[in-house]
Amino acid sequence: MKKRTKRKLKKILSIVFCGLVYVFLFAPIIYIVVNSFNATTSKPYLSWKGFSFDWYVKLFDNDTLLQSFGNTMIIAISSMILATVIGTLAAVGMYKFKFKGKAAIDGLLYIPVVIPEIVLGIALLTLFSNINIPRGMLTLIIAHTTFSVPFVIFNVRARLGGYDMSIEEASMDLGAGRIRTFFEITLPVLAPGIGGGALLAFTLSIDDVIISYFVNGQTKTFPLKVYESIRSGVAPDVNALSTLILIGTTILVVLTQSGLIKKLLKKA
Amino acid sequence: MTKHKFKAKTLPALSMVGPVTIWLLVFVAAPLIYVLVMSFCGIDQFYNVSYHFTLTNYKRLLNADYVNIYGHSLIIALATTLICILIAYPFAYIIARTKSKKKSLLYMLVIIPFWTNSLIRIYGWRSLLGTSGWINTFLMNIHLIDEPIDFLYKQGTTIFGMVYCLFPFMVLPLYTAIEKLDNSLLEASADLGAKGPKTFFNVILPLTSGGIFSGSIMVFIPCLGYFFVADILGGGNSDVIGNLVERQFQSGNNWPLGAALSIILILVTLILVKIYQKLGGDMDSLGV
Repeated sequence: MKKRTKRKLKKILSIVFCGLVYVFLFAPIIYIVVNSFNATTSKPYLSWKGFSFDWYVKLFDNDTLLQSFGNTMIIAISSMILATVIGTLAAVGMYKFKFKGKAAIDGLLYIPVVIPEIVLGIALLTLFSNINIPRGMLTLIIAHTTFSVPFVIFNVRARLGGYDMSIEEASMDLGAGRIRTFFEITLPVLAPGIGGGALLAFTLSIDDVIISYFVNGQTKTFPLKVYESIRSGVAPDVNALSTLILIGTTILVVLTQSGLIKKLLKKA
Repeated sequence: MTKHKFKAKTLPALSMVGPVTIWLLVFVAAPLIYVLVMSFCGIDQFYNVSYHFTLTNYKRLLNADYVNIYGHSLIIALATTLICILIAYPFAYIIARTKSKKKSLLYMLVIIPFWTNSLIRIYGWRSLLGTSGWINTFLMNIHLIDEPIDFLYKQGTTIFGMVYCLFPFMVLPLYTAIEKLDNSLLEASADLGAKGPKTFFNVILPLTSGGIFSGSIMVFIPCLGYFFVADILGGGNSDVIGNLVERQFQSGNNWPLGAALSIILILVTLILVKIYQKLGGDMDSLGV
């Protein structure tokens, strides 16, 4: 009997503990979502004045904010595509072929993963200013691709672990060319790894602050725009936009992770 | 024969690994080497980098104000890592050992906050913690306090923000390590008469130490550089090395000095990663 109450107590304690941790993790997000529906119109926009969609309406008049969101999306999608293409090719190439300098490439890959982001940020800044590339959309895309590529490679590599190369040979023995084999045999087998890597590249890009901070020029991403206005007070249209982004990402991830897209494609 | 070898092996290898090699050389290796070179350069009267060898920047790193900030940065990073371990370990343990179907949901709930940009979430905390923020309003409404407490602009708040941003990086490797634990080992330990704490320290902890090491690396190193957390939540005494670097590359404009400061960060990273590898750490598990 005593043992049972002890076990029960332990269970309640762990539920309370985990609950508190989740509250900690979600508190600012709950604040952002709730306050995006706040009818308040006076700074610092904190006291609750009732429920309204006003800030969502106002958001669509705030061109600079919408533009910063557009920039974020263009950068995330472009760098995701670039990193996925370069990374997938590299992961497969490094798996299939032995060559000199492979260990060196491997070593280089870990650098963007472990060094503090600020170091990569200032390093790219000095590079761009030295070779006179004006900072803006292009430099942002280059920078985001740079920190995403290793993660794509790790993801694809994990999938390659159980990859049987003899099916490629079989394909080529049956007369398919090297390129056809790559697209029709190699890619479909690696698809989950590539998809996971691409999704990670996309989220890393959306989450980045520090590296973008140094290479943006005047092309502000959404978080950089918020950073600029934090001292003077942030209006709840930022909360509205954050809420919409959160909903969008959730839908995107649920669709890609649950294999829903695959099911829909099969039905069509 | 050599032509055949070129077509069968060299050409495909080159076209597959070539792009990433060039990319890494141009956008990772070259800029970092340039930062190293620049850290030994001076500046002219227009704050442009002037290419003559000097150790001035490294001498300036020993400036008392800077040393003070390294100290604070170290305290912040150590405190953050320690707090993350203490909270994340039991937390990861509970969700990794959950037997119900809810397990994957509990895991996803750790990842979901990532989908909102970290700066936006830190701004959320700023709004919650300020004198007119929701936490103060709540505490005053229930008459627990009469005057609002100013949580912002303190070193503790910076640590709080760092823990918040980096907590998932501690949870994920711990979760992986704990999930791999073999149940039969724990049963064997219990059968042999070991009580809970003894099993924990002699069996569970050693088997999951790999997760603690990789989590610590992924929390400690970024902590030195996350200048925006210190900037938004903290005040005096809460700057990290990242704030020093950021200033040199923005308003201060002494790029070579900023480069020398970055070299400290690179050295700290190299030393920690070497220790991590010595302890048997796997580099791939740092990639989350």
